[in-house]
Amino acid sequence: MNETTVARLAATVKRYGPLTALDGVDLAVRRGELLALLGPNGAGKSTSIGLLLGLIRPDAGRAELFGLDPQRIEARRRIGVMLQSANLPATLRVGELLRLTMSYYPNPRGFDETAALAGLADLLLRPYGKLSGGQQRRVQFALALCGRPELLFLDEPTVGMDIDARQKLWAAMRALVAEGCAVVLTTHYLEEAEALAQRVVVLGQGRVLSEGSVDDLRKRVALTRIRCVSDLDAAAIAAWPGVASAMRENGHLRIATAQAEVVVRRLLDADPALGELEVQRAGLAEAFTELTRETVAEQEAA
Amino acid sequence: MNAVAMTAASPASASAMPPRRVLGAYLAEARSECLRYLRAPGFMLPILLFPGLFYLVFGVLMGKSEGADAARYLLASYSIFGVMSPGLFGFGVSLAIEREGGLLTLKRALPMPPGAYLLGKMLMAMGAAAVVVLMLLAMALGLAHVVLTPAQFGALLATGVLGVLPFCALGMLVGTLFKGQGAPGMLQLLYLPMSFLSGLWFPLPMLPKFLQQLAPVWPSYHLDRIALAAVGITHDPVLPHLLVLAGFGAVFFMLAVRRLRRHG
Repeated sequence: MNETTVARLAATVKRYGPLTALDGVDLAVRRGELLALLGPNGAGKSTSIGLLLGLIRPDAGRAELFGLDPQRIEARRRIGVMLQSANLPATLRVGELLRLTMSYYPNPRGFDETAALAGLADLLLRPYGKLSGGQQRRVQFALALCGRPELLFLDEPTVGMDIDARQKLWAAMRALVAEGCAVVLTTHYLEEAEALAQRVVVLGQGRVLSEGSVDDLRKRVALTRIRCVSDLDAAAIAAWPGVASAMRENGHLRIATAQAEVVVRRLLDADPALGELEVQRAGLAEAFTELTRETVAEQEAA
Repeated sequence: MNAVAMTAASPASASAMPPRRVLGAYLAEARSECLRYLRAPGFMLPILLFPGLFYLVFGVLMGKSEGADAARYLLASYSIFGVMSPGLFGFGVSLAIEREGGLLTLKRALPMPPGAYLLGKMLMAMGAAAVVVLMLLAMALGLAHVVLTPAQFGALLATGVLGVLPFCALGMLVGTLFKGQGAPGMLQLLYLPMSFLSGLWFPLPMLPKFLQQLAPVWPSYHLDRIALAAVGITHDPVLPHLLVLAGFGAVFFMLAVRRLRRHG
């Protein structure tokens, strides 16, 4: 373990009955970085987080927090946690929840500072149960950062937030990273990873599919998106050489390909009536879909 | 940069927690646990209402013809009936719901001192038990004209406040076995028959012989014997009953902790 690694999974395997949730995952979180953990449902993101937090134990391999067993309280005093769902006591006020969580830490952030950072200043006297879903997520975020953690786990933090709240949370996350806090972020919103992450780890079916910067990931699958109106059969196009995927959506054909020029030429030949043609460089979403799709195809072939 | 490397290399110093702050965390947890239930009348009201109502009807109103001894007997039995419910439900239902809702998972991930969560719930249950016993004592002294020495008064209160603990352990065990809304039904299934079969509603001699012989199987029977001795109805030694209750409590607690560790 080198001293810039704050959390680590080493050849970790976790099974639930016949299902292998994690199949030999290696993962290292470095001091001060924002690491995004991406993957479809069932890819093993929450299992990875659960192992790093000591909530579940690996069947093989190891999970470490600051070089210690994650169940050691000394290790957990240095982390902050926001889980995907947590029904906090509805009758307690926001300020009371915050003070309670602060009491767990040796050297917590100031009460007012935490409230300001999470955008809670006007909610402190409200009972938690009376808040909207987005406000509740902000409270959970405040509880995660109130202990002045060196490592923050955020499991789908912006689910249920409106755009404005999400932007504020992003700003707060950037401020924390600037302070030197490492963040492990799992998310479905790929633009979130694009906007925030220094490193992206893509999980699929319990394995690490790719690891690197956002640009690396996008380069790995240099896809282009084609959109048009046409009567051509999507299933037939999907079988063309060079086409990664093709589907019909709201009357539009949507095609992902690595060879846009070839495919566009063939499209225009096949359907002279084709209209509203758009060709666009793929974002992380397509790159990501392509990555996970490849693995599934490989496994089906095997 | 050097400073950063230093903190990483010496985790113990970075996360040392002074004993005062650890104690503070325990207190904060207990305070929150009490506050949240005091503010949830839907939770506290039934716990107080049923034993109060039972005692009013059977102990005060109908007990008039039977004399003060009946009211004294029922004071002890209904106190135990009332004390069982904050233990069973306060512990069991809230644990089952918090296991399902993810609060327990979050608390396990956070650096909450081990045991603070359970200790908080335990204090909450003891407080509720004290309120139930005091309410019945007030009705007994004020309405049913039961005469108690201060020692008897204190003994019954102490029986209630400490006697809730084995039922906390039983509630905790049920709370680890059932998730969410499955737990209350299961607890009712334990609570009501156990109360009846231990002679908390009708004196044991009024039950069939077979059920009388079965009564020592139930923890509530033993607590009732202690309560009856506390108010001066019986003069049996209480030590055997205390030991049985301690044994029940320890076994339930150990089973529950084991399940909680393994399954969360």
